[in-house]
Amino acid sequence: MANHSAVSAPSAASIWGGDTSPFSARWGKLFMWIFLVSDAFTFSSLLIAYGAMRHRFADIWPKPGDVFTHFPFMHSSVPLAYVGLMTFILIMSSVTMVLAVDAGHNMNKKSAVRWLALTVIGGFMFLGSQAWEWYHFIEGSEGGAYVLADGRFARTNEYKEGELKFIDGTALNGKEAEEAIATSTRHITGANMEENEYGNTPLFANFFFFITGFHGFHVFSGVVINLIVLVLVYQGFCEKKKDYELVEKVGLYWHFVDLVWVFVFTFFYLV
Amino acid sequence: MSDIHHEHVSHASEEKAHSALNTKMIWRVFWILLGVTIFEVAISFTGISKDVLLITFIALTIVKAYFIVGYFMHLKFEVMPLQWSLLLPFILIVYLIFIAIYEGSALMHTIY
Repeated sequence: MANHSAVSAPSAASIWGGDTSPFSARWGKLFMWIFLVSDAFTFSSLLIAYGAMRHRFADIWPKPGDVFTHFPFMHSSVPLAYVGLMTFILIMSSVTMVLAVDAGHNMNKKSAVRWLALTVIGGFMFLGSQAWEWYHFIEGSEGGAYVLADGRFARTNEYKEGELKFIDGTALNGKEAEEAIATSTRHITGANMEENEYGNTPLFANFFFFITGFHGFHVFSGVVINLIVLVLVYQGFCEKKKDYELVEKVGLYWHFVDLVWVFVFTFFYLV
Repeated sequence: MSDIHHEHVSHASEEKAHSALNTKMIWRVFWILLGVTIFEVAISFTGISKDVLLITFIALTIVKAYFIVGYFMHLKFEVMPLQWSLLLPFILIVYLIFIAIYEGSALMHTIY
């Protein structure tokens, strides 16, 4: 029909007149974008709710730098290093995905399969890291935290024996600390939905589980979808169609997962 | 008929992709993202005041988001109607932040 109108560059007046694609993108990709916008709204709402609650309970909210201090095979405190590594893994797998999309554009099946496989491996590495982090968050430190006789909340210092630390940075040592523990009313170790040793509010752990869990589930879905696409590309599904749009679509989803992590990293761990 | 049309669109976007995003550029974006992340972790341990840090972190996060959405998700090389259709709805998020800060501060002191 009017295919020539699409070939010649349409003027601004005729672009919405029909027969041409004003977005110059096919519906599959377009709908992936629309889904991602709606998903971005969900994550934005969660992070804004987190920010509002954190602001409300600013005086008792734990500092992330005091909570996420573990690193595999290291016994000293290395705050944020592990989440930094997780960020690196996810950015890296985003790069391999964009290289897979690039290989698809060049109709290079072998290269696309290789980069997709690396993306899947990166996804599994991230999920494994998150499992490790959840384990340490739930398990907590050996000493845990105490609610003292005067109602104050103090956590034992994992890296300095016999020290009780308050959320405002002050601490009790030696005899004073021993006495405070002896007269304490409650002992908390680790974290669950009702209480956690990191601060005197369940909200901190609740938001941690919900936001990183929701993101982790996105990563898990992404890995499964990437795996399916990897098998399809390997079997020559895209080559037969002479079209690698499939890779481009899952690529969009995978980059989005990376994008969300950038925000979670900033607002949950850095700030 | 519609098949021909689709092929045309895919072909056009493909050509565009070739000219717009290449491997060299992808790796450059990777180094930018990595560098910004390392910088963020590094300055979180300095004694800079909390408010300055917060603003710096938010600004750097938006920088990272720009590179991921623009280059990795290819939005920078899409046509303008698509760019605006996807970005304009986020005015609502700005509005939600405004509500959370402005209305929320009054509301939340009644909750415990």
